[in-house]
Amino acid sequence: MCIIRVERLQKRFKSIVAVDNVSFGVEKGEIFGFLGPNGAGKTTTIRMLTGLLTPDSGDVFIDGIDMRQSPIIAKMKMGVIPEMGNVYVDLTAKQNIILSGKFYGISRGELDRIADDLLDRFELSERRDDLVKNFSKGMKQRVNIASAIVHSPEILFLDEPTSGLDVQSQRLIKDIIKEMNQTGTTIFLTTHNIEEANILCDRVGIINRGKIAAIDTPERLKRAFEETQSVEISFDKPIDGSLIEESKMVSRVEKRGDKWKLYTDNPDKLVKYLAEFAQDRDLAFTSMEICGASLEDAFMKLTEVRERAS
Amino acid sequence: MQAENLNSQFLRGIMVVTEKNIQIYYTKPPIIIFGLLFPLFMFLAFYLGKELDFQIFFPRLLAMFLFFIASSVGPLITPWEKQAGTYERLLSFPVNINTIILGDSAAGMIFGIMINLVVLAAGLIFLNYNLNILFLIAGTLLGALCFSSLGVLLASPSVPNPSYIMMLSSLIRFPLIFISGIFIPIENLHGIGRILTYFSPITYLVDIFNYSFTSQSHISIIIDFTTLLIFSLIFICGANKLHKRNLMKGL
Repeated sequence: MCIIRVERLQKRFKSIVAVDNVSFGVEKGEIFGFLGPNGAGKTTTIRMLTGLLTPDSGDVFIDGIDMRQSPIIAKMKMGVIPEMGNVYVDLTAKQNIILSGKFYGISRGELDRIADDLLDRFELSERRDDLVKNFSKGMKQRVNIASAIVHSPEILFLDEPTSGLDVQSQRLIKDIIKEMNQTGTTIFLTTHNIEEANILCDRVGIINRGKIAAIDTPERLKRAFEETQSVEISFDKPIDGSLIEESKMVSRVEKRGDKWKLYTDNPDKLVKYLAEFAQDRDLAFTSMEICGASLEDAFMKLTEVRERAS
Repeated sequence: MQAENLNSQFLRGIMVVTEKNIQIYYTKPPIIIFGLLFPLFMFLAFYLGKELDFQIFFPRLLAMFLFFIASSVGPLITPWEKQAGTYERLLSFPVNINTIILGDSAAGMIFGIMINLVVLAAGLIFLNYNLNILFLIAGTLLGALCFSSLGVLLASPSVPNPSYIMMLSSLIRFPLIFISGIFIPIENLHGIGRILTYFSPITYLVDIFNYSFTSQSHISIIIDFTTLLIFSLIFICGANKLHKRNLMKGL
């Protein structure tokens, strides 16, 4: 059963169509990743799903509740961590969590207990009574997430939750997302970090220029782009990438720092060619790795195809 | 049953928004400056060195304080929250724009009433009135609602910095003081000056307070209350419309 159902959603800002006839569903208990380049329509979509923006046309159903008709009831079922959302810096970490809980009608005694639990879980216990203005970005984001899940929502919307955070906070947030999902919470996640989506998500939807380019599991999306297999290689001396490109065995060559990423549909043949290439030029390999098709490659392909078509 | 739940959720939302505003905004410097210090200095500028009868002037002073204080909270909240990035988060809670507007208005009302009680208590130590307490309470409540709603209405334009709104609010609030019978009684005004006073909501509160303290009013007390109520409704409806229009601007 779809806990989030989106039907023919459309939103325009003057002459720009930000979201164009988008339809999809998210299953109960799923972690759904929503990917797209900047300006693709991710935030506009999430804002419509969470009732912040009213669509020009189309419908959003949250657990069967029509967002247009009963936004408050629908919002009671969800926790939201907006991309630009922030917590109140003039309140303490605990006050922020308690304030959020009050909106959902949780009693004061219960709220105190939940807030203490969350502060422990997010490793903020020692700073519970400090004003958030003195917190780092990662700590603020932890308070932000703790405040959004104070009422144990059925659905959690996260818009770029780990963007710009330190590794420790990123890991903690990913663990919390997984933990919440294991207890039955459906997660809707937008992210720029494709590897994060690859690791966390059961399914991903890719949006580009306001239209859905693909929705599938990360593995199936990767398999659909087998030609994006690659060999990542570095030599002890600088080389001219065009020499490899001339071999016609690669579809694309990318320089990444001191490495070369060579895209091919036949890595085996390319590796054998590279061995010869190195021997002829008296080069030594400093590293070599055969990479399968990645979700990032699938994403790049999908968004490129769309851009070219448009 | 669902309607009952929605109503209680709506009221709860207003109370939580109000509580949040009280916790965060009452001590912000712009509110202290524009809400408390400005009316105090205005009073001193007009009172000191002049032969004003403080017994007569006090009800007008009280109306001026209520106006400045109640209308100083609203203009700060939304621009401040949009700039700090907390507005989008607030909208993601189970609230709608009306909940936020009424919560912001309530915060301004409570602040205005609290400070006015202090000013009233201080005045009553030195002055002797035969108070009509019922009209005073009703006038204070309605005046506070009207002025705090005006404050929320003034917060509706989308601006890059909250100080723009504070400037706009000063631009509108200051002239109102001079066309409201505070420094020059309405009966002493003639022509266009007199006509203009009827467009200011403060005029009607000054009249209610004059009646509450001295049993004398220039306009009918029923008209005073009705007009203040109409002004309040206009400000609340206007705030609703404009805040809705500018909801996502500046996020």
